[in-house]
Amino acid sequence: MTLPRTADNVLLAEAGEGTRVQLQGIVKSYSGTRVLHGVDLDIAPGEFVSLLGPSGCGKTTLLRVLAGLENADQGAVLLGGRDVSSVPTNRRDIGMVFQSYSLFPHLRVIDNTAFGLRRRGAGRADAAKRALDALALVGLDAFADRFPHQLSGGQQQRVALARALVTEPKVLLLDEPLSALDAKVRVQLRDEIRRIQLRLGITTVFVTHDQEEALAVSDRIAVMSTGRIEQIGSPEQLYTTPATAGVAAFVGLSSVVSGVAEGDRVMVWGQSLPLQTPADGPVDVYLRPENVYFTSEADAATDALVEESTFLGSMRRTLVRTESGELVRLQHSPRIRPAFGDRVRIAITPEPVAVHPRG
Amino acid sequence: MMRLGPSLATRWVIGILVGTFFAVPLVSTLLYTLRDPSGGLSFARWAALFDPAASAAIRPIWIGLGNSLVLAVVTVAIVLLLLAPTMILVNLRFPRLKAMFEFVVLLPISIPAIVLVVGLAPIYLQIGRTLGTGTWTLAFAYGITVLPFAFRSIQASIDAADLRTLAEAARSLGASWPTVVVQVLAPNLRQGLLAASLISIAVVLGEFTIASLLNRQVFQTAMVVVQKQDPYAPAIFTLLALLFCFLLLLIIGRAARGTRKAGS
Amino acid sequence: MVAWLGLVPFSAYVVLFLAVPTLLAIGSGFFTKDGSFTWVNVGALADPVVLTTFANSAWLSLLTAVVGAIIGALVCYALLGTNPEGALRSTVDAAAGVLAQFGGVMLAFAFIATIGIQGVLKVFLEETLGIDIYANGTWLYELPGLILPYIYFQVPLMVITFMPALAALKPQWSEANLTLGGTRTSFWLRIGIPVLAPSFLASLLLLFANAFSSYATAAALASQGSQIVPLQIRTALTSETVLGRENLAGALALGMIIVVGVVMALYSLIQRRAARWQS
Repeated sequence: MTLPRTADNVLLAEAGEGTRVQLQGIVKSYSGTRVLHGVDLDIAPGEFVSLLGPSGCGKTTLLRVLAGLENADQGAVLLGGRDVSSVPTNRRDIGMVFQSYSLFPHLRVIDNTAFGLRRRGAGRADAAKRALDALALVGLDAFADRFPHQLSGGQQQRVALARALVTEPKVLLLDEPLSALDAKVRVQLRDEIRRIQLRLGITTVFVTHDQEEALAVSDRIAVMSTGRIEQIGSPEQLYTTPATAGVAAFVGLSSVVSGVAEGDRVMVWGQSLPLQTPADGPVDVYLRPENVYFTSEADAATDALVEESTFLGSMRRTLVRTESGELVRLQHSPRIRPAFGDRVRIAITPEPVAVHPRG
Repeated sequence: MMRLGPSLATRWVIGILVGTFFAVPLVSTLLYTLRDPSGGLSFARWAALFDPAASAAIRPIWIGLGNSLVLAVVTVAIVLLLLAPTMILVNLRFPRLKAMFEFVVLLPISIPAIVLVVGLAPIYLQIGRTLGTGTWTLAFAYGITVLPFAFRSIQASIDAADLRTLAEAARSLGASWPTVVVQVLAPNLRQGLLAASLISIAVVLGEFTIASLLNRQVFQTAMVVVQKQDPYAPAIFTLLALLFCFLLLLIIGRAARGTRKAGS
Repeated sequence: MVAWLGLVPFSAYVVLFLAVPTLLAIGSGFFTKDGSFTWVNVGALADPVVLTTFANSAWLSLLTAVVGAIIGALVCYALLGTNPEGALRSTVDAAAGVLAQFGGVMLAFAFIATIGIQGVLKVFLEETLGIDIYANGTWLYELPGLILPYIYFQVPLMVITFMPALAALKPQWSEANLTLGGTRTSFWLRIGIPVLAPSFLASLLLLFANAFSSYATAAALASQGSQIVPLQIRTALTSETVLGRENLAGALALGMIIVVGVVMALYSLIQRRAARWQS
């Protein structure tokens, strides 16, 4: 999909610097239960930040506080350095894409898209032109006269995106916009969202529970759990140096095994591995599935029993249980086909590993 | 969702205004029935219902009520033994006929009773010659009148219970058709059948048009007759009937919510 | 196939007690007492008296439908956002169900007890506030007297019919409206009301048909007289000839079915379109 030339497309022509977004000390409770425990988040202009975590971790609540759809009990929301905590949603100048059903059913695609512009007082013709440009950005300008119920789920979300972007908001908020879509459409659309975001330079906050999605599109990811940000960093940082057990388990499907650290090395299964950061004493070691492999060598490896093996097209993921009872996940070529109950030997590639003190 | 709805003040204002409009006739009727012959309030009229001397004038109402109850029973029988089995049959064996079936069953909404009765008169003439002029034969016409309501209740139950899957599962386990219907399907349709029966009773008790123009004595026609001499008894019965139907529907509603929670 | 036989009892029942009576009712207008085909009865529909009756039925139904629809919609609006499983909704649902069925003679009795000549409210207004509501005649027993009782069962019917449409308003629309810069008012003006309009219209049609078909309340309040079509059918059935014609009841039935039939056909058409937006 080629984006229209800058000269033709008003939105691209007017793309500028993004807005800085700050959340400071956000506390929120629902009927006595605290769902956000003083969350701080500083997003640079034009940055794409994902809020990643399981259901109930507070990511959607945080987004809604940012949007003004919920009011925080404590804390402040700043857009471009200005405190908007008491500014109602319709004056915060944000664009938001919901998970589903947000297009107005009685309006054509073009009128849906132009809706925000009309609310701000734009004339019909001007609004229509800009709406058409926004639709061109998402590749749906040919569908301008259709009604939402005539579009597929993926097309509806694209219109929702165009509608949110056409007013050139300070920040784009996406609340699990791909969760209701088919897998293939999901991948296509997430790449498109990222491409458009880069061209427009708009600060974006993206909520998802799918770690692969977050890894693919984000500049930084904030991993959340039970109302707190456990770690925030680039996809690579989170993947290779998870700060907590939760992050390690959530981002990249690590396995946890025991080891003994000494200085800048750690002993696991009789094998000595380099450490990312020095440590001492008994530790939990996080192993990435692609760094564990099957071997027939006698030393520097451990025996294990295959529990399950799943074929994923370009690779296989196998879960094994070591003699000491640890569950280890391996990612390997599909040509190796372990079966339930097979006895295998596994070893670790000598890449620097992340550890955390045990206990 | 509070964002979408009106403010609490608006809700209260609408509630009170509309509530008053609906309460005034009911309260007035109650006060009316409490009028003491000497002016003041008492339950004299209520007690008179059971007073043998005064009740001579009210007797038609008791007779009419009795007839209506018999009619209700026969109508419910038609619903349970004719409509329900046919609906099960259509849903299981003739799914393509469902649309047409629904159209037919909802026709009585578009054919007013007053129109129907014009054509029922000659038919009931024939029925009078064969089955006698007993009031119970009205139930045949009533079965038609309750069709739309009974249909909706039972169909909702059928959809919720996914009859096809149940029947197929039972058949795959070796059950014969009678067993399937009686032991597997019917118990799962209990809510819908109960609701359909209760609604049918309510409709039958409230029916006037057909009975009146076919010259049969039922609850409602009896009240009209008695009203000309004693306006108080019909008013009392009106309140009682209202209360009764209200409780009926509350029970249906609460029971339906119970199954929804259980099934979800 | 044996299964087809299973459909026979119900089909026979419906034919005998629905199809045949309807055809008889409509068809009888085309025949004289001795059975010969005639246009005379159907021609009676053009008689000024009959036309007035249809006009009366029409404006009465339209008035009570519109008033009932508006009040009913307001009640639904007041219930918006309340817990569907809660006590308030259960009670209102049950009350609406009962009151929608409450038509007929019992409603007439209740209104007689309220604003009849000895009615509680009428007496109260007269003795306590000095207002005589019957200063210009006892209208309760004439055509205008039907308005209030009809509204009494139209409003609950509206609540039952319209509530699902209102409940289908998605909160995402309201939130999307906010994020796009709209207000509460602009939401209802640009989104809420346009989306609800088809359902409202459909419900209005249903209310119209309901009032047009109604007989019992009018029959109980106006023991003689035939200002509306159902009452005229009563007169036609109980006396041998009306307006010099014999099977006028059939002709009237034909006229009535046409009106109600057209309205109901429109209703289901609009309802199906409205349902598209509710999924």
